[in-house]
Amino acid sequence: MTLLDVRELGVRFGGVVALDRVSFTVDAGEVVALIGPNGAGKTTLFNVITRVYRPSSGSVLVDGQPVSRMPPHHVVRHGLARTFQNVALFRSMSVLENVIVGDHTRTRSGWLESMIPMPGTVREEAKARTRAMEMIDFVGLGDVAMRPVAALPFGTQKRVELARALVSKPRLLLLDEPAGGISHEEVDATARLLRRIHDELGMTVLLVEHHMAFVMGISDRVVVLDFGRKIAEGSPGEVQRNPAVIEAYLGAA
Amino acid sequence: MQELLQQIVSGIATGGIFASLALALVLIYNAMGLVNFAQGEMAMLATFVALALIDHGMNYWIAFPVTLVIAFAGGIAIERVVIRPVERAPILTLVIITLGLATLINGLAGFIFGYVPRAFPSPFSVQTVNILGALASYQDLGVIAVSGVVLLAIYMLLQHTTVGLTMRAAAHHPEASRLLGVHVSWMLALGWGLASAVGSVSGIMVAPILLLQPNMMQTIIIYAFAAAVLGGIESPLGAVVGGVIVGVTVNLAGVYLPFVGGDLQLAVALAIIVGVLVLKPNGLFGRPSVRRV
Repeated sequence: MTLLDVRELGVRFGGVVALDRVSFTVDAGEVVALIGPNGAGKTTLFNVITRVYRPSSGSVLVDGQPVSRMPPHHVVRHGLARTFQNVALFRSMSVLENVIVGDHTRTRSGWLESMIPMPGTVREEAKARTRAMEMIDFVGLGDVAMRPVAALPFGTQKRVELARALVSKPRLLLLDEPAGGISHEEVDATARLLRRIHDELGMTVLLVEHHMAFVMGISDRVVVLDFGRKIAEGSPGEVQRNPAVIEAYLGAA
Repeated sequence: MQELLQQIVSGIATGGIFASLALALVLIYNAMGLVNFAQGEMAMLATFVALALIDHGMNYWIAFPVTLVIAFAGGIAIERVVIRPVERAPILTLVIITLGLATLINGLAGFIFGYVPRAFPSPFSVQTVNILGALASYQDLGVIAVSGVVLLAIYMLLQHTTVGLTMRAAAHHPEASRLLGVHVSWMLALGWGLASAVGSVSGIMVAPILLLQPNMMQTIIIYAFAAAVLGGIESPLGAVVGGVIVGVTVNLAGVYLPFVGGDLQLAVALAIIVGVLVLKPNGLFGRPSVRRV
């Protein structure tokens, strides 16, 4: 079943073509990696999928619904959650608070009920807290749940962001460079964590990544972008042997 | 010594009034990086509403919360009608809009209620009570208590409720918040509503002392600016601490520095603003702004 359908997507910033008629799909249950040299348009593509940018042409469908018709804060209700390349956490808040913000669309008491603490609201907030703690434990950060995130190392912050994305129980998880800027051991741990997210939580994953060993080890399928165009798609093995891909990465011989 | 203590208690009471308005400024500054120059006028208008309710026979302690609710709704309405259409405008545009809003509300209040100063009732007697040798008026203690309760309520709301959490999230990182399902624009409106309600507390508390007229808040807002800047403009706790420090300092300066007296108290507040901005621009509780490049 097709979960994400990117159709003929084009994005232009002034005269610069960031994405040029890119099409691909992600089926439910897959782990798909998006690779390509710097400036290939990977993060732009993420930003269009999560409705940060509007496309100049083409469309993105999640479960058959066009993303561009959703108000930005409704995207998460359609089962999309993401992390950011440079980590976009609420720095002065604790790990737990960050993750609770990620959960808040699941607590269905409105702002007014939340302001006037009724027994029902208190119960819901306790449940939200429990769900957040479960997710924090899942990514292995139970010990630092109460610490402000600003004080934590970058690799740990990335996992906080992952927990914050996971807690909304997305069907499609978008990860922007999950292995970027972290240590070798952390890369291995992140790969194991991703496998558990896929196997235990049953989530579909689309990730942008430069770390090739990481990508090849974890992905079912790889989509390669270069200068805003899709130049290849296939299994990790196929893509690695593809001459166009080798040329894009190493330059023409 | 005894007189000093009395002056300090009285300064804390004045500080509570400044703190409420300063907190209102901080709430909006945090939500959108904007100093709302209309905050004082919004408080003044709310105070007129309170007086109208009381004049119609409503009990003070019912009129008080009812006014806060009206001010809350009014703050939301102002954000939706005046600010929202220009939400993405440069900050200077927004500042000019709040200045225009201040003039508009001031003129509107003058047009509706007139410029004759009116007495505003206080639920607290002006009699004094002896605490540890210092004489404190019930009026001052009452103002301290009311300000304290309101500030505590805001603290609880921001720190310990989901809506407070999402409001803080929206202020810190609007882009990320939106993707987590936070209705950022609505959070801004709630911030304006909350600021309007807290600010109106300062109007209601100061009106028995200054008498109510459309220009009543024009000096108070300067003290509130001083308090907010001293506290670090983005820190709610800083606004409260700053308010109390400004209140006590201004009061003591007025009494003990003969050249200040009653006339130059405002100059003390301005000196605090300039001094903080020159010596410690991030105030007592502000974080230095560092940007990852």
